[in-house]
Amino acid sequence: MTVLEQLGAHVPVPPPSWRPRTDPAPLLPDATPHRALGVRDAEAGSAGRAGSGDEELLLRLYAAVVHGRRYNEQATALTKQGRLAVYPSSTGQEACQVASGLVLRERDWLFPSYRDTLAAVARGLDPVEVLSLLRGDSHNGYDAREQRVAPLCTPLATQLPHAVGLAHAARLKGDDLAVLALVGDGGTSEGDFHEALNFAAVWQAPVVVLVQNNGFAISVPLSKQTAAPSLAHKAVGYGMPGRLVDGNDALAVHEVLDEALERARSGGGPTLVEAVTYRVEAHTNADDATRYRTADEVETWRAHDPLALLERELRERGLLDEETARRVREEAEQKAAQLRERMHQDVAPDPQELFAHVYSERTPQLREQEAQLRAELAAEGHRTAGEEQR
Amino acid sequence: MSTAVRQQSASGGAAERKPATMGQALNRALADAMAEDPAVHLLGEDIGTLGGVFRVTDGLAERFGPDRCADTPLAEAGILGTAVGMAMYGLRPVVEMQFDAFALPAFEQLVSHVSRMRNRTRGGLPMPLTVRIPYGGGIGGVEHHSDSSEAYYAATPGLHVVTPATVADAYGLLRAAIASDDPVVFLEPKRLYWSKDGWDPEAPEPVPGIGAAVVRRPGRSATLIGYGPSVPVCLEAAEAAREDGAEGWDLEVVDLRSLVPFDEETVAASVRRTGRAVVVHESPGFGGPGGEIAARITERCFHHLEAPVLRVAGFDIPYPPPMLERHHLPGVDRVLDAVARLQWESTWVAPGGDGGGR
Repeated sequence: MTVLEQLGAHVPVPPPSWRPRTDPAPLLPDATPHRALGVRDAEAGSAGRAGSGDEELLLRLYAAVVHGRRYNEQATALTKQGRLAVYPSSTGQEACQVASGLVLRERDWLFPSYRDTLAAVARGLDPVEVLSLLRGDSHNGYDAREQRVAPLCTPLATQLPHAVGLAHAARLKGDDLAVLALVGDGGTSEGDFHEALNFAAVWQAPVVVLVQNNGFAISVPLSKQTAAPSLAHKAVGYGMPGRLVDGNDALAVHEVLDEALERARSGGGPTLVEAVTYRVEAHTNADDATRYRTADEVETWRAHDPLALLERELRERGLLDEETARRVREEAEQKAAQLRERMHQDVAPDPQELFAHVYSERTPQLREQEAQLRAELAAEGHRTAGEEQR
Repeated sequence: MSTAVRQQSASGGAAERKPATMGQALNRALADAMAEDPAVHLLGEDIGTLGGVFRVTDGLAERFGPDRCADTPLAEAGILGTAVGMAMYGLRPVVEMQFDAFALPAFEQLVSHVSRMRNRTRGGLPMPLTVRIPYGGGIGGVEHHSDSSEAYYAATPGLHVVTPATVADAYGLLRAAIASDDPVVFLEPKRLYWSKDGWDPEAPEPVPGIGAAVVRRPGRSATLIGYGPSVPVCLEAAEAAREDGAEGWDLEVVDLRSLVPFDEETVAASVRRTGRAVVVHESPGFGGPGGEIAARITERCFHHLEAPVLRVAGFDIPYPPPMLERHHLPGVDRVLDAVARLQWESTWVAPGGDGGGR
């Protein structure tokens, strides 16, 4: 008898380890994006449509989207007025942004990318502090630990492993919290997206990754980014559930995130959510979107506008009268005016601070360079004073 | 290695202590740090059940549990990236990269986040994490197992870059790295893992902190400046020069211990005494730490110098196959050849010895 025969290799059954370790079926996303607004009860699917108890949430989402749209307009205007170095607008994606900001509990953490300033503002952060990076006076204008919002991340998807690590640490400490990390469709091609999701699933970290699929990575459409059935399907390969949601339906995004975050908090592990949305504006104020897409395409998406969807729902339910709508618009104007006024105040970041936080203590070399800069500033000050005297 | 290192430590009072290896001292440093501070968490590939490919984490998973000494998925950017998040939440992660070239997938996390998180958050989110990287050659490792990548790390503001050459420093510097509130790239010289020295794990001798260089051997003729695996080479060269006798060179050896912060004072003080200096390292010479060190010595000691500062470094080639690595690594002969070229006769001598006047 040969060794192979001893091991039973002639028997035509695969070895025990060949079977999937996890049943993939429950992890698969729905065939169509989950919707909640403008959907009859019967069509709303398993998550169900908003009951009457959600009226307050609907109104909060509505107000936040109105405010958010105005915020985006104002921020874009600030680039033209030279008050922001650059602004990547989230117009068209307000449902995702606002739902992300509102769905979190106080102890939860948010990991935004550079297009997600509105999510941070919706969470309650001061917009002037949030825009500090894009104004260019600092790399991060708010207290990340205090606010539980990580610094806006520029290198794509690199914040995802941070989110997973923080969630893992919280779980090891037995703390009751969940982490929401935001990324775009382009970011899903990065290696860090893969590594973060793999770690999250292996560690069963309490983290939810929301992919805002807005159709473009600057100019490159999703079709050149991936051949996956959907971005939500990628979850299955990691052994976590993937959810597909209408990213312009603020209530649906809120529902899906809320459910996923609750599952994470209760030890159920991570979830990947793909929100299908559209970047109505160009990549940033410095981009020209007409080079890679047609006006017709943009118009199609305007017909599925996050604000219009909310407004229609509220009016159909008799929850929005003219008075309320006017009040919400006025609040948005006031906030925008305050933002404009505050952003038009000159800021003078302290050059000496360049050396303050590189290390916990300055190295001898940094002390020397700091002294050099101090001397240069003093000389500059003398010159300026001299010129003023003349 | 290192009769000389032994002698040096022996003169520090370690004569009756049992010999311990650098690997054992590193293991003990990790264990003591974990026992003292529950925030210390180890992450890496094969560091749990196996105890690491160099056995530096041997027994730690058993003692502290698989959460504190965790085998991670095989993904270095993921390891370091999740460590960043853990540090943001108040833990003190210690990451092991299996070999230095395998640390390169984590380079973006190191440069774009680890090194600058404290700075971009104005001190709000410090990164008290340690990245242990076995580096250097001389162990017969095949391609990608013998790199010396310290030039990349030293060129990245926000990182401390530290490397021990002795058993006592392996323990003391690793404890200091883990205790530091700044990120520390802790480079472990692979070929010294099995080097032995008298060392008492129950009473580890205190060593100077991060940022302090040490004179390992006093001398008057010239200063040899090295770190990590090159320190024993420098000490051996100094012994050989003394025994040679003919030239009468009495060489001083400075062990940098820390590339960042760089201890200019100790280095400059030594070179001012001796008037001549040779910097020795394994990583390629072009763009390597030796150039920076030579420039700083020249800036600070110009009027004390009797000769240009010379460098003995790895050639500017990808790390060679193991059967050829002895030609690449700076050895005693090459160091002594450089010392011979320090213009003792006030004429320039090119490497190889036949240059004469140029």
